Amino acid sequence: MNEFFGRSLQTTIIFLVVGGIMALALGGYFSSVSYRLSDALVGIQAWFSSRYMAIQDFLTAPRDVISLRQRNAQLEAEVARLQTQVIELQEQVTEREILAALVDFSRANPESTYKAAAVIGRDPSPFLHYIIINRGSNDGIRRGMPVVTDRGLVGRVDAVIADAARVQLITDPASAINVHLQNADTDAMLLGSLTGDLSLDMISQDVVVEPGDVVLTSGLGGDFPADLLVGQVVNVRKRDYELFQQATVQPVVDFARLEIVLVITNFKPVDITPLIPETTP
Amino acid sequence: MKELLAFPILVLVAIVQMAVVGRITLLAGSADLMLLVLVAWALQPQVATAWHWAIAGGALVGFASRLPWAIPLGSYLLVVAAARLLQRRVWEGPLLAMFTVTFLGTLLFHLSSLIALRLTGTPLSVGDALGLVILPSVLLNLLLSIPVFFFIRDFARWVYPVEEE
Repeated sequence: MNEFFGRSLQTTIIFLVVGGIMALALGGYFSSVSYRLSDALVGIQAWFSSRYMAIQDFLTAPRDVISLRQRNAQLEAEVARLQTQVIELQEQVTEREILAALVDFSRANPESTYKAAAVIGRDPSPFLHYIIINRGSNDGIRRGMPVVTDRGLVGRVDAVIADAARVQLITDPASAINVHLQNADTDAMLLGSLTGDLSLDMISQDVVVEPGDVVLTSGLGGDFPADLLVGQVVNVRKRDYELFQQATVQPVVDFARLEIVLVITNFKPVDITPLIPETTP
Repeated sequence: MKELLAFPILVLVAIVQMAVVGRITLLAGSADLMLLVLVAWALQPQVATAWHWAIAGGALVGFASRLPWAIPLGSYLLVVAAARLLQRRVWEGPLLAMFTVTFLGTLLFHLSSLIALRLTGTPLSVGDALGLVILPSVLLNLLLSIPVFFFIRDFARWVYPVEEE
């Protein structure tokens, strides 16, 4: 009996002590101690948690890599598709800008009728500066018709088949065009060259030609209509012992990037060959 | 039927030459894809249609170009003749033969073009033509001759399969 009461008393005391401690803790009397304890517990839990997450990441990583690679491949394919689309749209914009400029040019020069043509190739021989366009006799293109862009003169039609034509550029070494220097008010001969550079010859010595002078077709010879813009004089070479001055011309047309050209279809070149007197030996 | 392959292939080569290769220039020179294809084709020992290809290729280029038609036709025939000759003599070194014929063939084609153009009234300086067109073209042709040779060799093996001994 005494033993029973002794154990009950012991248990009661333990409960009272624990209850008292809890009551003191809830009452805030152990705040510093409980803070340190909870801090330590939280730190331990965080350590375990971070290790567990690391292990979980390690175990689940292969599956994520595969899915990420698949997603990456999908996104790369999407990027490639969009880039292709952007390039196509840029090409369309460029083409529309060129066409708009050509339309503006044709509106500004209503005296001529034009047929637009795309440049589809160049002469296989590097000695010759000819382009191939995708319009031919079926579209009313005839030999000798002048070819221009919105910037200025390109050349003239040299040969025609049903759906294509070959155009001799003004930069061709065999090209010789009668031109007029606007500021100097004189005529000259525009010559092509192997490198594509343009030069002026047959300029009278007593004429003052200066860099920046505008070069236009003169219409002499009947090969081209008058007043088509060709380029500007870059520099002049004048030597007292020569009969004529020479000059270098910067063309207004970029012949390396010709894409779309206009053929002047209502111009008929005049063949003056019969009027040229034959030289007698 | 295999002989008919020449036409689509050579038309394609002419198109690529005029639309792409001709626009890639070094100074004023450019590569001649048609010449390279004809040389590479003629150097394949199992090929028996090299002359037909030369005539068709020469006619195509002669038609498309402002050059007198006899120049590409005659040049390509001579180049193919040289290739066939070398193919029999230096059969162990086809790539060497390709380089040799490409070098000589390019010189022949461009020099004959130069002479023909000068005779027809085009004022071309020989020095400019040599420095700005012929030598750069030779270099470009030599560079392009390696891939063209291997491509044509594989194509020839596909058209004319070589029987294993």
